[in-house]
Amino acid sequence: MGATISLDYISHRYQAAGPNTLVGINNCIKPGELCALIGRSGCGKSTLLHMMAGLLIPSEGCVRINNKQVQKPSAKWNMMFQKASLYPWMSVKENAALGLLFAGVSPTQASEKIDGLLDMVGLHDKKDARVQSLSGGQQQRVALARSLATEPEVLLLDEPFSALDAFTRSALQEEVPAICRKLNITMVTVTHDIDEAITMADRVLIMSQNPGRIVDELSVDLPWPRRHMDHKFQHLRDELMQMFVQTETPDSQPTDTSISKTVAA
Amino acid sequence: MTSASASLGKNHTDMSSLVGGVLWLANQLKYPVLGCLCLLALWWFGGYLIKNDPDLSAFAAFAPGPTFSALYALVLSGELVQAITSSLYRILVGLLWGVAIGVPVGVLIGYVGIAMKIANVPFQVLRMISPLAWMPIAVLAFASWDAAIIFLIVMASVWPIMFSTAHGVRKIDPNWFKVARNLGASGPQMLSRIILPAIMMDVVAGIRLAVGVAWVVLVPAEYLGVTSGLGYAINDARDTLSYDTLAAIVLVIGVIGYCLDWLCGLLVKRFNWHLED
Repeated sequence: MGATISLDYISHRYQAAGPNTLVGINNCIKPGELCALIGRSGCGKSTLLHMMAGLLIPSEGCVRINNKQVQKPSAKWNMMFQKASLYPWMSVKENAALGLLFAGVSPTQASEKIDGLLDMVGLHDKKDARVQSLSGGQQQRVALARSLATEPEVLLLDEPFSALDAFTRSALQEEVPAICRKLNITMVTVTHDIDEAITMADRVLIMSQNPGRIVDELSVDLPWPRRHMDHKFQHLRDELMQMFVQTETPDSQPTDTSISKTVAA
Repeated sequence: MTSASASLGKNHTDMSSLVGGVLWLANQLKYPVLGCLCLLALWWFGGYLIKNDPDLSAFAAFAPGPTFSALYALVLSGELVQAITSSLYRILVGLLWGVAIGVPVGVLIGYVGIAMKIANVPFQVLRMISPLAWMPIAVLAFASWDAAIIFLIVMASVWPIMFSTAHGVRKIDPNWFKVARNLGASGPQMLSRIILPAIMMDVVAGIRLAVGVAWVVLVPAEYLGVTSGLGYAINDARDTLSYDTLAAIVLVIGVIGYCLDWLCGLLVKRFNWHLED
């Protein structure tokens, strides 16, 4: 079951006397919602995602998942990173089962579950392979299986497809939201790719930089799977681009979650 | 008929694989064997020169012929096995202590930046002291000769193991820690599932270096009071002017040292998780 993520008045600075990286972040992501955070490099979107994962504590405000304040990482809110960061001394299956072993699940039970997940991500014939022999896309699939193994309520994606080739990226942009919708997982993805945001998310949050804040948002109400050539997709892309350009103007103001622009399918 | 031809075919395949195996082995061994033959020839030539020099002829027993005869006698008498067993026991216990101290301290100074900053200078100073320089202190500090020798082996082996371990920890990909924390790893799980497997190759490489140093230190260390071991046997042979026995033991020390290094090399290979072409 997906979880509610509440971002409550978050501001953050890395050094006590330094400038604010994030200011006044206030938003709510509903259970099972697929959300994209979009903004230029350095706007603080990865910082915000790390806070949702419990890997970073905000200087002010807090992140709450299902009304519980996030203070440390948990297998229930799982993060996929830009690099798959698999452990090279383990096989594909051992990598995927790691979260379960940390949770105290017996190797036999973990093995059964991982077999099913590797089937789901299309790696059923690579279970015993060494991870270094896999392609970048296959490594990210293993990372996805590893993240899903602990049955997370929230899946956080920190540009995990940015280093992949176009074909693999396109396939995973379609598959990951499909899996999240099937398992009813709340997904938050960070990207600076407008197409990726529209392909994967129900709602796109647009961030400005210096300091990072959520300045606008766009609801994406397109049928799945989403096709880039679809005219509604293109219309949304234009709209998002326009909103994105507007964030660069000095008078951009933080958004309120009640104000959203929706384009019906 | 079919069965007979199948059997014939199988025999032919077996023979081909046997011949292939022998050829592979011969190819692998040709250069090492050539090197050993060169060394043997030089040794023989040196022995020949010594034998024909009136000033040095008293040392003619260092030549290969007398040496191998003495080696055969040592094996038959069981003295060699006894000496090797004693020396290997001291090396093993010393190395175990070296690992028991070196690995945890190496993990600590590799993982905690401030610990490295504090420990680096004193450890580097201690590392530079020859293990044999500790000999008088070891004799005073330990009740038995054996314990004193093992202490010297520990002082020789702990530094390479510690610094290699610390180096291994420092080069661990920081993302591995982040992912493991994200998956809910506890402290002990992080150590057993991530840190130790990641650094095993470096730990074993450190042990390999330590074995080399410890084996070199062992012989002079066994000149201390003990009445067993290869170092003692060399000392004894020198005192009794049994140069053939002395040369035989020197040969054995070299061969065992090589074998220990080869074993460590196998272990390094076993724990190496880098994908090799």
